[in-house]
Amino acid sequence: MTEMFRDKVDVSLTVNGEPVEARVPAGQHMIDFLRLELGLTGAHASCEHGVCGACTIRVDDDAVRGCLMLAAQADGTEVWTIEGLTDTNAIRDLQEAFVVRNALQCGFCTPGMLVAAEELLSKGGTPSRAEIREHLSGNYCRCTGYEAIIDAVESVAQGRAGKGKA
Amino acid sequence: MKASAGGYARAESVRHALDLLAGSDGQGRVLAGGQSLVAAMNMRLSVGDLLVDISKISELSGIAVEGDTLRIGALTRHAQVGTDPQVQAHAPLLKDAVAHIAHAAIRNRGTIGGALAHADPAAEFPACTLALGATMHAEGPDGSRSIAVEDFFEEVFTTALNEDEILTGITLPIAEAGEMQILEEVARRSGDYALVGLCLAKRAAGHRVALFSVGPKPVLAMGAMAALDAGDLDAAVDALSAEIDPPSDTQASAAYRRHLGGVLLRRAVARLKGDAA
Repeated sequence: MTEMFRDKVDVSLTVNGEPVEARVPAGQHMIDFLRLELGLTGAHASCEHGVCGACTIRVDDDAVRGCLMLAAQADGTEVWTIEGLTDTNAIRDLQEAFVVRNALQCGFCTPGMLVAAEELLSKGGTPSRAEIREHLSGNYCRCTGYEAIIDAVESVAQGRAGKGKA
Repeated sequence: MKASAGGYARAESVRHALDLLAGSDGQGRVLAGGQSLVAAMNMRLSVGDLLVDISKISELSGIAVEGDTLRIGALTRHAQVGTDPQVQAHAPLLKDAVAHIAHAAIRNRGTIGGALAHADPAAEFPACTLALGATMHAEGPDGSRSIAVEDFFEEVFTTALNEDEILTGITLPIAEAGEMQILEEVARRSGDYALVGLCLAKRAAGHRVALFSVGPKPVLAMGAMAALDAGDLDAAVDALSAEIDPPSDTQASAAYRRHLGGVLLRRAVARLKGDAA
């Protein structure tokens, strides 16, 4: 290997509002860095090839796959996981709607599902059920059959739209 | 599984990235959005690469109209292509394609240059650029060069780019007044790769038809284009059927794919005429 390439990479980022500096292995996934190094085990590593959505986190305001991003690429980014979004009450209405509508059972997909759903909701407006379903098409849930999840997201969209008008 | 990387370097500029590639002893691999490469690394289809991360090179991102061409930087993300008003106005085919590419979270990271350089035969963007007659722009140790899209895609995951070159962007002729661009595809689930897909552009000079997921690279259906120019849709479907040689796999048989090609052509032409297919 030539000297220009490193097997450990220095990164400086913020995670859930806190500055983080670390030296990460070149091939480490972002999701493994969060889970194994920072102890943020909310988002899950599951299929590890971008299909299931369980590892979805927020990076620079975008929902992204934690398994398709290397930790080395996170330098300079602002990262939010379900832990930070919970602590700041940023998605409290969405989380409550998931409980009220029985939109989770085992909960494995839920952290990723919430980050993906919040991305859609943050664009404003009241998405149709078809639009919600399409936006969440990259997040697998093996418990609920999805209808309850669509119900929850739809109710939050309607609730937020109502509040905006009031 | 976990990715295996031989090493990593963050390129600060195109020049720096080219130097890194040149110094990689043939092990260099350009990392952009990573939505195909990291997945391939995770599945150990690609092991021990020396990663040249170009994703922070801001000059490679962006969309601009230059005269009668639309320039799209290689690092422009799918999500950006899908929402950009200039793309909507001048290359609506690309906007339509974005809705079919994987899922929102992947479109947030994946880049158009990455998709084109990766050259997955089932991907939308390669066929779109073929239908629109794009020009690919590459930078290498000896300077820059342009590659006509017809010469760019060579085989499965193989393009005319040399190992020491980087795709920096593409240019497309902006849509003429009255030009129509239509994308049709069949996939079993939203976000899956297409079983078959078809891009149709209708210009004053004639029709352009490109298909994807029907062979090792996107196909320009010259016979079907000539038949459409002559106003004979049935002949176009027959010609299309004869000029594609799709594979059979676990997703679909060759016969089914060939049949779908004709179905998609009829749907696209119906949309040209304003009929709901």
